[in-house]
Amino acid sequence: MRKYLARRALFGLGTLIGVSMIIFVVLRVLPGDPLVAILGVEGHARMQPADRVRIMADLGLSDPLPVQYLRWLRDIATGQLGKSFFRGDTVRDLILHRGPLSAEIALLALIVSWLVGLPAGIASAVRPNGWLDTVARVVSIFFIAVPGFWLGLLIVLALLFWFGYKAPIIIVHVWENPWQNLQQVIGPAIVLGLAQGAYISRMSRSCLLEVIREDYVRTARAKGADERAIVLRHALPNALLPVITISGVLLGFVLGGSVAVEQAFGVPGLGRALVTAIVERDIIVVQNLVLLYAAIFVVVNVFVDLSYAWLDPRIRY
Amino acid sequence: MAGDSVAAVADVSMAPSAPSVVREMARFARRNPLALVGGLVGLAIVLIAIFAPWIAPRDPLKANFTRMNKPPDAQAFFGTDQVGRDTLSRVIYGARTSLFVAFLAVLLGTTTGSLWGVACGYLGGRFDLVSQRIMEVLQAFPDLILAMAISMAIGTGLPAVIVAIAITRIPFGGRVIRSVALTVREMAYVEAGRASGASALRIMSLHVLPQCVAPYLVLATTHLGVAIVIEAALGFLGVGVPPPTPTWGNMLADAITSLIPSWWLVLFPGLAITITVLAFNLLGDGIRDTLDPRLSPTVLRLVTGAGRSRAS
Repeated sequence: MRKYLARRALFGLGTLIGVSMIIFVVLRVLPGDPLVAILGVEGHARMQPADRVRIMADLGLSDPLPVQYLRWLRDIATGQLGKSFFRGDTVRDLILHRGPLSAEIALLALIVSWLVGLPAGIASAVRPNGWLDTVARVVSIFFIAVPGFWLGLLIVLALLFWFGYKAPIIIVHVWENPWQNLQQVIGPAIVLGLAQGAYISRMSRSCLLEVIREDYVRTARAKGADERAIVLRHALPNALLPVITISGVLLGFVLGGSVAVEQAFGVPGLGRALVTAIVERDIIVVQNLVLLYAAIFVVVNVFVDLSYAWLDPRIRY
Repeated sequence: MAGDSVAAVADVSMAPSAPSVVREMARFARRNPLALVGGLVGLAIVLIAIFAPWIAPRDPLKANFTRMNKPPDAQAFFGTDQVGRDTLSRVIYGARTSLFVAFLAVLLGTTTGSLWGVACGYLGGRFDLVSQRIMEVLQAFPDLILAMAISMAIGTGLPAVIVAIAITRIPFGGRVIRSVALTVREMAYVEAGRASGASALRIMSLHVLPQCVAPYLVLATTHLGVAIVIEAALGFLGVGVPPPTPTWGNMLADAITSLIPSWWLVLFPGLAITITVLAFNLLGDGIRDTLDPRLSPTVLRLVTGAGRSRAS
């Protein structure tokens, strides 16, 4: 088990190094001059070649690419992460300041998805093709198709029109004012959670239906156990493993989707910071934030894999 | 469906192979009523996109400063935007960009991924090992974020957006088709081909590839919806196809630039996205259930990234 753990962690680390290389290649080797963004098109045109050399050297962009890449790895290791071109604040401060909001949203979305998806899946599986099942399936088909950022916009508009309500637009941390903070994160969390919940209900339904057909469930029925106990205590735990996996995969949707959903709700989280940085071509910020998002995704999925071994004693690595 | 069977009867005398295709489609439609609805709606949207210039009531780019920000009325069924452009016409033209980008991106990405997957599955060995690691790395990025970074790097514009979305689709094609190719390569007829001295390239293209057509179709339809949503999200975030080209994402981005957004500018483009994605998803589900039950969600989770330690 420990050996597997080490191997899996090493594997994840390898993936992350690959990820960092791809980010670096995409952002540095492909055409596009970052100075256009800093100086504006006009300023860029008026710039003297000597100025250009000086500015590029200041920013560390004139060194050979391998040197730049290694310097980035060193920055990651020391936690410095470089500076934004525009604001002069470090990427680390940016992440520490805005990250908590996005993390809250992701976590709440996860909770919402399980709270909504699992009961729906169970209700569907208990009476397949019954009316509850039909409703749950239609609703999940809808929530899989509807883009979260649009749903978010509609919610924001509806609240504004009917209640004249607008969530606070400056960053409010949970430790400063929990109530205002909740108002900020609850909308994105619900929108993202419902979309995930749709997948979770589908998944738990099909897995539960598979498990319910197994012999041990029939045995439980034969000995006269209560139907509720059969589903919740005997069948459900075994159906949950794939649901946990899909939850890990869905985190990718949440991380990506949260960028657009934060924009829709006007939440000043990490996703908004990434969008701003991309529009401004702020390479240092973009490379670190993209790496951060990918790293979270990879690490969570390593843990999902490990949780398999922990939850299912039949699996031995 | 009645029309289909009549057509099937009429076709018998003309083409020997056509009736069976029509009959197959009729049976598919009968068994998957939801997929039929999805297919018809999808077809309607494709037709709207193709014939946009004839359907749209006004020029989608023409500003009209006498009618700015008007709610839906008899002159403009979906209202007008901040500079008086007709929202209905823009939604209709938006279908063009959305579908064009999504179709090309899926075609490019899924095809590249699938061919790569065939090579991985058939050749195996070190090539497969390295390819798998590359695909894992690609899948480590959340779709939208990878697409954003790529389209930023290669410059915003229609081709950039298509390439960016296509690249995010590659690993999905690669993994699914690889697993198909892995089983096909063990089949007797492929072995016979090898024994008779056929080259690897010949076996892959003539014997392995045809077996991958069904899963390829399933993949392509399944990912159409995803591609449409990514395109819209890129437009919404301001890194997609640049304005003034009307796309559903751009329209939503425009809508929220004003302090108090107009509801019709938000409702209709989003509705168009949702209906389109819904239609293609329903069609994709139906095709999947019919062609390849192996690609049901339960199985798909094993090839979409997580649980990979158990799948391999």
